[in-house]
Amino acid sequence: MSFLEVLPIALLGAVCGLDFVSFPQAMISRPIVGATAGGAILGSPSAGLLIGVVLELLALDTRPFGASRYPEWGTAGVTGGAVFASVGAGRPGGLAVAAFVSLVTAMLSGSSMVLLRKLIGARAAVTRELIEAGSERAVVGLQLFGLTADLLRGFILTLLAVALAVPLARGMVEIWGLPATFSNAAVIGLAGAVAGGSLWKFFTAGTRTGWLFLAGLVIGLGFVAVQ
Amino acid sequence: MTRIHVPFMTRLVTWLRLFAVQGSWNYEILLGNGIGFCAEPALRLLPGGRGGDKYRRALARQSRYFNAHPYLAAVAVGALTRAELEEVDPAKIERFRTALAGPLGSVGDRLVWSGWLPLCSLLALGAYGVGGSAGLVVALFLIVYNVGHVALRAWGLKVGFSQGTEVAKSLSTPLLRRSPEWIDRAGALLAGIAVPTAVERAVGIGGEVSAVAIGAVLIGGVVLARIPNTSVGWRLALGILSIIVLYAVLA
Repeated sequence: MSFLEVLPIALLGAVCGLDFVSFPQAMISRPIVGATAGGAILGSPSAGLLIGVVLELLALDTRPFGASRYPEWGTAGVTGGAVFASVGAGRPGGLAVAAFVSLVTAMLSGSSMVLLRKLIGARAAVTRELIEAGSERAVVGLQLFGLTADLLRGFILTLLAVALAVPLARGMVEIWGLPATFSNAAVIGLAGAVAGGSLWKFFTAGTRTGWLFLAGLVIGLGFVAVQ
Repeated sequence: MTRIHVPFMTRLVTWLRLFAVQGSWNYEILLGNGIGFCAEPALRLLPGGRGGDKYRRALARQSRYFNAHPYLAAVAVGALTRAELEEVDPAKIERFRTALAGPLGSVGDRLVWSGWLPLCSLLALGAYGVGGSAGLVVALFLIVYNVGHVALRAWGLKVGFSQGTEVAKSLSTPLLRRSPEWIDRAGALLAGIAVPTAVERAVGIGGEVSAVAIGAVLIGGVVLARIPNTSVGWRLALGILSIIVLYAVLA
């Protein structure tokens, strides 16, 4: 992919990366949104949606609680959508490789957020005297510094992830040794299992809602059977 | 204590700044600087105006260490700003600030991160499962989620501004106390419907392959649900996926 092809994807990754924590937390950073948009930029929103659904199921396992460390799904979703759309949604292994690349990106991106927070903390320490003196310039400046640094973080990460992952994914798909049916079903089943286990824990912990979960499962399986 | 009227434009700018309240989140003062950043426009109404002595003292106070859920930080910004404008004793403001942080964090985490967000996510997955297009699924998720999100920030600022240091009462309203329970019920029901339907459509073939995938979801889900640690599933998925990718490439 040329720089001009990667640029709009990296810009989208920057916006989604910023949305994840800093601004405006409208959840455009959720994989179901970011991956669909990433796929749409490369002309395949349906491919983006498919990998977005897989990643969304996996993302249901994580919650962005306060200072805890968690994967960053904004840049990961965009990267996954772009990689899957660029290798071709019908190719054997495409979904598995795109999901793998996205999870690695989510992990690395989560670590980059820790570094960013340390960087903002260091900047806050430098300007502490001014902030303690009630300087508007220092308070607003620190906020803008954090927002800009986060935007740049998302841009650089998505740019690097897509630039490195697309050729790698294309090469892997060329030598993929498993049938598409098996590898797709394995990836989707894995994501569904992660979501199912996690949702059971979150929605039924300490409450009597387990029967509602099971009732929903009966309705869902009934719908699938009719389909 | 003087009653102060906060002009509409000042409230609007404060509300808009709330969307960036976590812009400088860091391990030293967490959300602190963000609270100062959001309160700043209203603090200009203090006697002496922007840059005055009272303004600077209040801004410094509000920019210290603080922790809360980002959406419910609106309650803190409204209440603390009103306390500053009413020139409440600084020591009392400090105590009030410390007392606010805990409840705003736990209520928000429970209501939004463990409730509203997964519920909206499941709604989108369910829409996908029953055949929704890319545009419909994304639009449904973003609109429903943000109706709750934007309303919560607006409500938080409104009750904060109107009740000041008495705002704790608003956090114990039946609506806020019971909402997580209702969301849990809706989420549990929707989870059961959305996960198998989304998996079936994603596999896209039907028949035995879909049945095997859904069977794997059920068995895997039961196993993972028995692991007490949270956030272990996606790591496990990455490990298994790495093995599948390695095998498929090297085989």
